[in-house]
Amino acid sequence: MKNKKKAFLNQALLSGPYLLWMALFILIPLFIILYYGLTNRDGAFTLENILEITNPIYMKSLLLSLKLSLYSTVICLLLAYPLAMILRSLRLKNQSLIVMIFILPMWINFLLRTIAWLTILENNGILNSLLRLLGFEGLHIINTPAAIVVGMVYDFLPFMILPIYNSLAKIDNNLIAASRDLGANSLQTFRRIMLPLSLPGIISGITMVFIPSLTTFAISQILGGGKQNLIGNFIEQQFLLHYDWNAGSGLSLVLMVFILISMAFVAKFDKSREGTNLW
Amino acid sequence: MNDNKLIDLQHITKKFGDTLVLDDLSLYIRENEFLTLLGPSGCGKTTTLRILGGFEHPDSGQVIFDGQDITDLPPHKRQLNTVFQKYALFPHMSIAENIAFGLKIKKKSKQYIQDKIRYALKLVNLDGFGDRMPDSLSGGQQQRIAIARAIVNEPKILLLDEPLGALDLKLRQDMQYELIRLKNELGITFVYVTHDQEEALTMSDTIVVMNQGYIQQVGSPEKIYNEPENAFVADFIGESNIIRSVFLEDRLVEILGAKFPCVDTGFGRNKEVDVVIRPEDIDLVSPEQGTLQGVVTSLIFKGVHYEMEVLAGGFEWLVHSTDLSAVGTKVGIHVDPFDIQIMNVPESEDEEAVNVEE
Repeated sequence: MKNKKKAFLNQALLSGPYLLWMALFILIPLFIILYYGLTNRDGAFTLENILEITNPIYMKSLLLSLKLSLYSTVICLLLAYPLAMILRSLRLKNQSLIVMIFILPMWINFLLRTIAWLTILENNGILNSLLRLLGFEGLHIINTPAAIVVGMVYDFLPFMILPIYNSLAKIDNNLIAASRDLGANSLQTFRRIMLPLSLPGIISGITMVFIPSLTTFAISQILGGGKQNLIGNFIEQQFLLHYDWNAGSGLSLVLMVFILISMAFVAKFDKSREGTNLW
Repeated sequence: MNDNKLIDLQHITKKFGDTLVLDDLSLYIRENEFLTLLGPSGCGKTTTLRILGGFEHPDSGQVIFDGQDITDLPPHKRQLNTVFQKYALFPHMSIAENIAFGLKIKKKSKQYIQDKIRYALKLVNLDGFGDRMPDSLSGGQQQRIAIARAIVNEPKILLLDEPLGALDLKLRQDMQYELIRLKNELGITFVYVTHDQEEALTMSDTIVVMNQGYIQQVGSPEKIYNEPENAFVADFIGESNIIRSVFLEDRLVEILGAKFPCVDTGFGRNKEVDVVIRPEDIDLVSPEQGTLQGVVTSLIFKGVHYEMEVLAGGFEWLVHSTDLSAVGTKVGIHVDPFDIQIMNVPESEDEEAVNVEE
């Protein structure tokens, strides 16, 4: 009994700093947002801030956010899965090095990376100069939703590659041999063995791309030129431009519902939690 | 077992990088045979099995199956199934789904699949396990499921890659009997890979002893054990005393200066040979009665027998006996003529006995 108590005390002591951190910087801010979101300027309870979302401007931007996040997630998945398959089959001696190459861009400041795309995609940027040099017409990409999707895909692709690669790398080669041995061709083996066994990685990759895409305001600001307002931009404006913390919090709460839905999605599929080891 | 050649491997050569794994290997497997590929790790036995299964392609040579060349046929089109070393059950499928895998691919009817699952589970003594997941089963149970999953496809040949390697001793022995029973019940050909000589001796109709990409000897367990063709086989299969000796004439060999009558003929006159004598074939008698005289230098109790070392003629003889001779006892060594196995001295290094420690 005494030992148990001691162990409990030890655990409490060791986890103390983190619990304190969590309370100060996660839980309390969350409650502040909840408070502002459900009250008006005078501190009285109201649902007005949350119902702000029904404003056609906000509704439109939320739908645009969902649409672009979906696009970027799908594109990331289509790029990442084959790449992760190739990485797995390469069986390189130094796989961690290869994996690091994909994480490397993450070491550059997020804003710098996005601004780099600005110089590539703008009307007289690198891409169009190159196209004109080859005799093509220049494309108008900058300040369109396409530019934002490009930015999202570039910024969040590693978050898709890593969990998928992790789950694929764990699949025993004998399982694939067994499937082939039992009469399955390559496609059947992929569909019945590889795909289901890498599902946790896919799911966690999807959420790790979808959530930051849904909430971003930096990418849309830089590559959308203020012409493509995502829901994140409006929330930012409410806080920093209009100083309307109540409306900003209200919109944040709406967005949080979508985040919770995607988290529930992960919890349902990723029971082993193997895909989330990047967090 | 009949004499139909079900599988005929012809002049198979396989290299991995610069390493020659199989060198011009030819071997046939008869219908209904329990054939074991036996050898130390790196001898090429698993590569041979993988070539049979279609997981490796030989650099040269042909695999003939039932009269047809299947060298280039991918694994999923071959009429044989494999039981893998570490079971390789699909972790995301229940036991029943695992067993049904091959049948579903072949688009068998639901009723047929159900019946097959029930039959296979009964065959491996795991009735009612269908709804469990693989990770809730013990190693031995998983291995049985792996076998069940393979045999429901009614393969002509079952390939088994060290299937008992991960099990503990008692379970391994039980599974050996289980496999023999299965083989008899199913009436199909088993090709079994192991480095465990006891396993090979217990189960096989035919043992193929391999080393460094070469077949050293093919024969029945009795023949392999009693009449090893070279020092490698003698050393690898069981314990033995291998002594360089002189074959004086037919039926007479000089071992360590003493003349022993033997039953072999045709090795020539005064020719250098290797002699193999199993430790249990040596009789310790009184010094006057023995062909060679020596003294017991060590004694270990092994349960079934005593293991003794006898220094005689300048050689440490390994002797197994149920009768105890204390250390220091002067003894005579007697060997019955038919217990002396004469072998030619190896000409190439490939046949030389190598270190077979795993």
